[in-house]
Amino acid sequence: MRKEVYITDYNCVTPLGFDVSSNWNALLEGKSGVALHKIIENQEPFYASMIDSEKLNEEFNKDFDNQNFTRLEKMFLLSLKPLVEKHQISDETAFILSTTKGNISLLKNQKTLPESVFLSSLAQKIADIFGFKTKPIVVSNACVSGVIAIAVAKNMIQAGKYKDAFVIAGDEISEFVISGFNSFQAIGKEICKPYDKNRDGINIGEATAAVYITSERNQNEKFSFKVLGDSAINDANHISGPSRTGDGLFASIKNAMTEANIQTEKIDFISAHGTATIYNDEMEAIAFNRMQLQNAPLNSMKGYYGHCLGASGLLESIISMESALNNTLIPSKNFEETGTSQPLNIIKENQPAEIKYILKTASGFGGCNAAIVLEKC
Amino acid sequence: MKMMKKTDICTIENSKIVLNNNIIFEIPTENFSDFAKEVYKSLALNYPKFHKMDNLSKLAFLASEMILKDEDHSRTALVFANRSSSLDTDFKYQESINSQENYFPSPAVFVYTLPNICVGEISIKHKMQTENAFFVLDEFDEQFLNDYSVQILQSGKADKVLCGWVELYQESYNAFVYLLTL
Repeated sequence: MRKEVYITDYNCVTPLGFDVSSNWNALLEGKSGVALHKIIENQEPFYASMIDSEKLNEEFNKDFDNQNFTRLEKMFLLSLKPLVEKHQISDETAFILSTTKGNISLLKNQKTLPESVFLSSLAQKIADIFGFKTKPIVVSNACVSGVIAIAVAKNMIQAGKYKDAFVIAGDEISEFVISGFNSFQAIGKEICKPYDKNRDGINIGEATAAVYITSERNQNEKFSFKVLGDSAINDANHISGPSRTGDGLFASIKNAMTEANIQTEKIDFISAHGTATIYNDEMEAIAFNRMQLQNAPLNSMKGYYGHCLGASGLLESIISMESALNNTLIPSKNFEETGTSQPLNIIKENQPAEIKYILKTASGFGGCNAAIVLEKC
Repeated sequence: MKMMKKTDICTIENSKIVLNNNIIFEIPTENFSDFAKEVYKSLALNYPKFHKMDNLSKLAFLASEMILKDEDHSRTALVFANRSSSLDTDFKYQESINSQENYFPSPAVFVYTLPNICVGEISIKHKMQTENAFFVLDEFDEQFLNDYSVQILQSGKADKVLCGWVELYQESYNAFVYLLTL
């Protein structure tokens, strides 16, 4: 029999707050981090979910003396610190970092690569601050990285390679990423509207998130969620467009449910990807219907946080667990009118609910998809 | 490690492709793009999408092509890693947005600014709707890749894993790709 693996602690740093409770309260009030920001010189502002740098520095200075960190590194350190204070790091503790672009902003106007743009250097720098003893593992799998990072921790612990793991995920808003998505004409002209008829694209967001995952529970935990199953299946269809048939997402969910050994009707809540592009949301609706999951309450967090790339999967997993602990479903912000060819049960207002089984999904460039199933214990 | 079999190994470095200890292709050139073009021609790969790929994808694709051939890989997972992520293309993309006067971000370049795109390219070529993961590590760590792959095999999520290190930055490259089964 395989070891059971649990998430027993988490934290996040977002425009809505620098800990989970402030984020949760903001979400209950329906606040969004998305606003107009001037990101690229000589260009119109973009809607994006951006952390106030002054506030970030203020928070950072309370906890850290050393100032030799990039903005993203400060976000990472702030998200991880409370977890490291509560859970001991041993030589069987894994450190897993999920990101798409890391410190890519440092590449601007450079003639050679600065060391800090290497993702392994970024991870090692964070690891050294907290004294991790094992080599950092960086997961960089586009927009599904944050979900896969949980799966990597679960699988490596089950394989007996580690006893526990700290998983962090983060990406920051950069001219690099904004200009790129803009060149795809994928950026929405207002606050994004996942699954809505009038959706017109994504908002880029930034955040860091951290979770503690372990095979050994103790008495002091306030909560625990068992990671029941995971899968990450490629569409094998197109590198920049989602599959029309939702094959990869469908198969990812199916495999994760099979490993979790539960029936689809058991799923109490789906924390979906919902980027608010025409094709992504349509693809998801098709995949969920193929899985007979069209009646499960579902939301996308992108209307609150934008698309935080490598951080989104982990951040949204945390919010979904917080939802389960508070017995409250959070609405999919800005959804008004059905905008997919197949029906979905999109949550429209805060509502009480008993949530035991959570399905978290994500999809991204390169045709990648990922799904995990969590159980509230 | 128990019961794990490494069935095929392909390495690409110094303008040379070696498959299971046999030299498949070798040409004296310093330049990766020329090398890739020559391989494509000489092995008659006949896959026009190849020419649109960035160099990291070309490297990963060529190494995988030697091993996957035309066999059925509908149950073969892909687990890849490297050190430089997609920095080769990141750097080129950044140059296209460095100056206000010369501001030409291209979606065709931007899409390759993620290291897992090479895994997507291999999946598309061989219609592999299978488990995939991309890791960035400071050095080639075969033990880690094997550990991760073996648990995929043991979980029953795949029958084989195409595993590998695909590192490329400018003219410095090397691929070490192999097939694992239980």
